[in-house]
Amino acid sequence: MEVRVQNIRKEFGRFPALNDVSLDIRSGELIALLGPSGSGKTTLLRLIAGLESPTEGTVYFGEEDASKKTVQERNIGFVFQHYALFRHMTVLDNVSFGLKVRPGSRRPPAAEIRARALELLDLVQLSGLEKRYPAQLSGGQRQRVALARAMAVEPNVLLLDEPFGALDAQVRKELRRWLREIHDRTGHTTVFVTHDQDEALELADRVVVMSKGSIEQVGTPDEIYDTPNSPFVFGFIGESNIIPVRVENGQLWIEDRSIGLSAAGEPDGPAQLYFRPHDIELLDGCGGCIAGIVTVSRRVAGTRHVELDIGAANCKVEIELPPEKAATDKSRIAFRPTRWRLFRDVPNENRTPAQV
Amino acid sequence: MTASTARRWQFRQPSVIPGFGLALGVTLSWLFLIVLIPLSGLVWRTSALGWPAFWSLATDERTVNALRISFGTAFAAAAVNVVFGVILAWVLVRYKFPGKRIIDAVVDLPFALPTAVAGIALTAIYAPNGWIGSLLAPLGIKVAFTPLGIVIALVFVGLPFVVRTVQPIMEEIDKEVEEAAATLGATRFQTISRVLLPGLAPAVLTGFALAFARGVGEYGSVIFIAGNLPYVSEIAPLLIVIRLEEFNYPAATAIAAVMLIISFAMLLIINLIQAWSRRRYGYGA
Repeated sequence: MEVRVQNIRKEFGRFPALNDVSLDIRSGELIALLGPSGSGKTTLLRLIAGLESPTEGTVYFGEEDASKKTVQERNIGFVFQHYALFRHMTVLDNVSFGLKVRPGSRRPPAAEIRARALELLDLVQLSGLEKRYPAQLSGGQRQRVALARAMAVEPNVLLLDEPFGALDAQVRKELRRWLREIHDRTGHTTVFVTHDQDEALELADRVVVMSKGSIEQVGTPDEIYDTPNSPFVFGFIGESNIIPVRVENGQLWIEDRSIGLSAAGEPDGPAQLYFRPHDIELLDGCGGCIAGIVTVSRRVAGTRHVELDIGAANCKVEIELPPEKAATDKSRIAFRPTRWRLFRDVPNENRTPAQV
Repeated sequence: MTASTARRWQFRQPSVIPGFGLALGVTLSWLFLIVLIPLSGLVWRTSALGWPAFWSLATDERTVNALRISFGTAFAAAAVNVVFGVILAWVLVRYKFPGKRIIDAVVDLPFALPTAVAGIALTAIYAPNGWIGSLLAPLGIKVAFTPLGIVIALVFVGLPFVVRTVQPIMEEIDKEVEEAAATLGATRFQTISRVLLPGLAPAVLTGFALAFARGVGEYGSVIFIAGNLPYVSEIAPLLIVIRLEEFNYPAATAIAAVMLIISFAMLLIINLIQAWSRRRYGYGA
């Protein structure tokens, strides 16, 4: 089901957790709410679920205003970071709980509930464990039970709050891929919250980057990574370098050196140059480039990470090189960013809100 | 645990804090000195009676009535305490309100107050001319000097046992579990009855057992409010004291032995149920 969040504001006491947030979630989409802690992503998820009520604004499920509905009436599936399984119930009872508590008129017959629960346990690859209690399962298994339990009620929307946050790295990776598979098979509209950018970029159809109670950018993982629309998104997603530069006659300058990048149409004045460590080309001579002295060189898996001192205001820059490229200490390396963005020094508050 | 029991049972296991032998030795000698030797003295005195004498003393009508009143009122009081103790614990755990700390402290008063004081105070209030007794009297409800009075005294002394055993377990309940139940469509009543209470069952059972045991052994508060009419409101501990004052030691030991057996059997059963439910719910697994 399509979910629309319209001009939502939420305050806890005096503290604003969300400022005027709007978001359209398409039917059948897998969407990630990504942000640092305190960015309001969990609050937004809980507002959609109905576990919190907005100070202002509306949540629509399809064409219907869901804001006035209670959690119970919204028919959503919610998966908690710490599973929140009922520990006195077997796995099977946990999964069938949502169907068993339905009022008589809407409750399927017992045999059907059981069949449906077993089918879901099969889907989450836990067949044969239906008689176990949650305490007898591993973390990854518990989270899969929680997901099966949430899906049992045929939810309008599936909401996951840091679903893999409590699991170790190996299991997390495995479950991530598996969640994508499940989503592709069942087609539930799914929203999940994460602070792990790899998780968001790898898993989601679209990523919503949030910061300080506002949405910074919404887009596909490619859009978010390749064309971040604010310094925050650029800095938060992936690695980035920031160099203070000067715009003069449509050219970029570091102190008194031109770096060979043109910014046509930009007004003159100071700016910040953002680029990713791997979006560079190495140059031999230096007629318009950034050059620096190698201070640290580290081999990280298939690439070499090199820290450069480029002289300007003692600004440190990190770039990635192919491992065969030698980068001994104190040697000089010249390069030029191939992909970059210029952001002006505007105080955060005055920045135009991201287009949603 | 399971791994070690699967192997041959070992008396000594390497651990960070050694001293299992010493600790067990101290525990056993202490238990012998304080609990088992006095109780075995009781059993020894009883066995000296011989079976026929014991049986006739134990099945004496006054004794049987006293035992029935003792166990019956203790059971009723423990049951009442379970209901209100759980509600009280819930309020203390879940809500913030002015005076909460004071109420929390008041719960412990029955632990500290001399039970005779409690008995006298309850009698004064529930007697036909007391504050509450005078309100109940027109309705034909007599509290003081009846078994109902005994139940009220036992509710008083047993309350903290339920509250204090349930409270810590309640504090551990994750709010997310309730939210999970709500998202799955469970009403508030279903969340409480199907999710919260079953999870609390082992703790509630412990509280019940403690309150019940305390009620069976209670003497000080009951004798003031009970009226102590033989066959009607005379509790077994009082009958023991009466027999002792009559220098009728065989009768006193016989009643004591019967109480011991019934109490032990009931506590054992409760403990077994508890161990079973704990294992089921995955505590200590």
